[in-house]
Amino acid sequence: MTTTTKPAAPVATTAGGRRLGAGALALRQGRLEITQFLRSRESVVFTMLFPVVMIAIFASIFTWEITPGVRFTQYFVTGMIATGLMTVSFQNLGIWIPIERDRGVLKRYRGTPMPKWVWFAGKVIMVVAIGVAETALLLAVSAVFFDLNLPSTAGRWLTFAWVAALGVTACTLCGIAISSLARTARSGSAVVTPVALILQFISGVFFVFTGLPGWMQQVAALFPLKWMCQGLRAVFLPDSFGAQEPAGSFELGRVALVLALWCVIGLVLCLTTFRWTTKRDG
Amino acid sequence: MERTTGHERRDMVETTTPPRRQPARRSRTLDVMDDELAISVRGLRKAYGDNLAVAGVDLDVHRGEVFALLGPNGAGKTTTVEILEGYRQRDAGEVRVLGADPAHPDPGWRSRVGIVLQGTGEFDELTVAEVVRHFSGFYPGADDPDKVIERVGLGAKARARTHTLSGGQKRRLDVALGIIGRPELLFLDEPTTGFDPEARREFWELIRDLAAAGTTILLTTHYLDEAEALADRVGVIAAGRVVEVAPPNRLGNRQEALATVSWRTPEGTPESAATATPTALVAELAARFGGEVPGLTVTRPTLEDVYLRMIGH
Repeated sequence: MTTTTKPAAPVATTAGGRRLGAGALALRQGRLEITQFLRSRESVVFTMLFPVVMIAIFASIFTWEITPGVRFTQYFVTGMIATGLMTVSFQNLGIWIPIERDRGVLKRYRGTPMPKWVWFAGKVIMVVAIGVAETALLLAVSAVFFDLNLPSTAGRWLTFAWVAALGVTACTLCGIAISSLARTARSGSAVVTPVALILQFISGVFFVFTGLPGWMQQVAALFPLKWMCQGLRAVFLPDSFGAQEPAGSFELGRVALVLALWCVIGLVLCLTTFRWTTKRDG
Repeated sequence: MERTTGHERRDMVETTTPPRRQPARRSRTLDVMDDELAISVRGLRKAYGDNLAVAGVDLDVHRGEVFALLGPNGAGKTTTVEILEGYRQRDAGEVRVLGADPAHPDPGWRSRVGIVLQGTGEFDELTVAEVVRHFSGFYPGADDPDKVIERVGLGAKARARTHTLSGGQKRRLDVALGIIGRPELLFLDEPTTGFDPEARREFWELIRDLAAAGTTILLTTHYLDEAEALADRVGVIAAGRVVEVAPPNRLGNRQEALATVSWRTPEGTPESAATATPTALVAELAARFGGEVPGLTVTRPTLEDVYLRMIGH
């Protein structure tokens, strides 16, 4: 077929002619995702209330102080914040994306002129918004009812911010990546839940990390959750507690390094394995 | 009638844009024809492992045409259409859809193509209006969401969550999302499977409406009556090949086919003969029986007979 005499590609009849900008596209996608999330009752209860319920239970059982002036809640809340952030990103996406893929929602998006990144941006906006809301709720309940001491210095809040941001980024990317392992809508939670649960047990969410067997600590140190917990301990516990960490300090530099590494791993996995359609669907 | 208005409108559009078209018209090359074709397919092949799903499909769909791809399940309809939609990569062949290769769809091309898939992608937590409005934001020349919702007959359901819709209503929502961008070309993959007869009639009206407005439509179906009711031309696809393309009333040379004359002998045994001159045979039988011929029928093959023969039954 001759290409030289080819007439210009016919242009679409864009009578209205308005094309939304990138920012507007991302924001409305994010708003849609948030709406969908908030309307799915199980997601809201599981994601938003689970950490709060857990902190209520643990704070009621373990009422003693680890050292004078430091309640157990102060330790336990770090694990719950990290778990909450992982739930809203890793579990949420790892479970919901296979459902959407199976239903053909992703395939439908691919059939529109929507740029691919907009869909991912929508997920990220949803994760960030829900993550912030859920963490704020957890902190408020813990501070009001269980005497949690909130971080007292700007430096600690800053550490809180970057640990949470890096952790959520890593978990979001890993959640998107692991979603491609599930072959059907229902297998998403079967793939993701055990991973999350095991990580929670070995990463010091429910138990004091240094009380775990050495090999378990080693395994946990390969994954992001342990480092999120450790970074958050630097935020919520007195500096003197750093001495009790496996390395004798909170190792914030290493926290940043490992979490950043997981961001890269997650991104590479996303870019190489992400599927818009199910296997049987081409 | 409706069809004609559609064509007239397109002609008007074409004459109002001479700068682009005139040089092309002067040199009657393949590309000019390309431009008049919404879809052009040559030697399309696609295999899944050992299974050759599409075994050399040739197909032309003109702008403004309603073309039905008719075939049994597993004939390669959906694979063919999904290649044209830019969802699947082909193994071999030449494909042009609206002048571009759908293997590399870009947003500009996507905004001119509407897709109604076979499986529906559902947004359970959202209302009809929310979904349609959201999708309208993806298209530069999108139609008014409320108007489109009315048009597909979901006006009363605009504020209903999509999971409360019936199967037929969900399909209407699919169509709403397919046409919200005011596509030049609309793909409909088995749009009425599972519909009750009344819902199908209503759906057909909607399709005729779209065709009348000048939308090119490629429809797949395994319902003969649907192809007959909607399509300007029908392509019968069987075992991965297009075995015939014709207007529905001329499919398989139905007009010229032999008629079958059946009657009963005086002993009561049924007898029949295939003939090109049924009138002569009936006259002869009338003479033989001296009046009424018992159990006389004269039939020509139905579209179904023709179709079943074509797909190898």
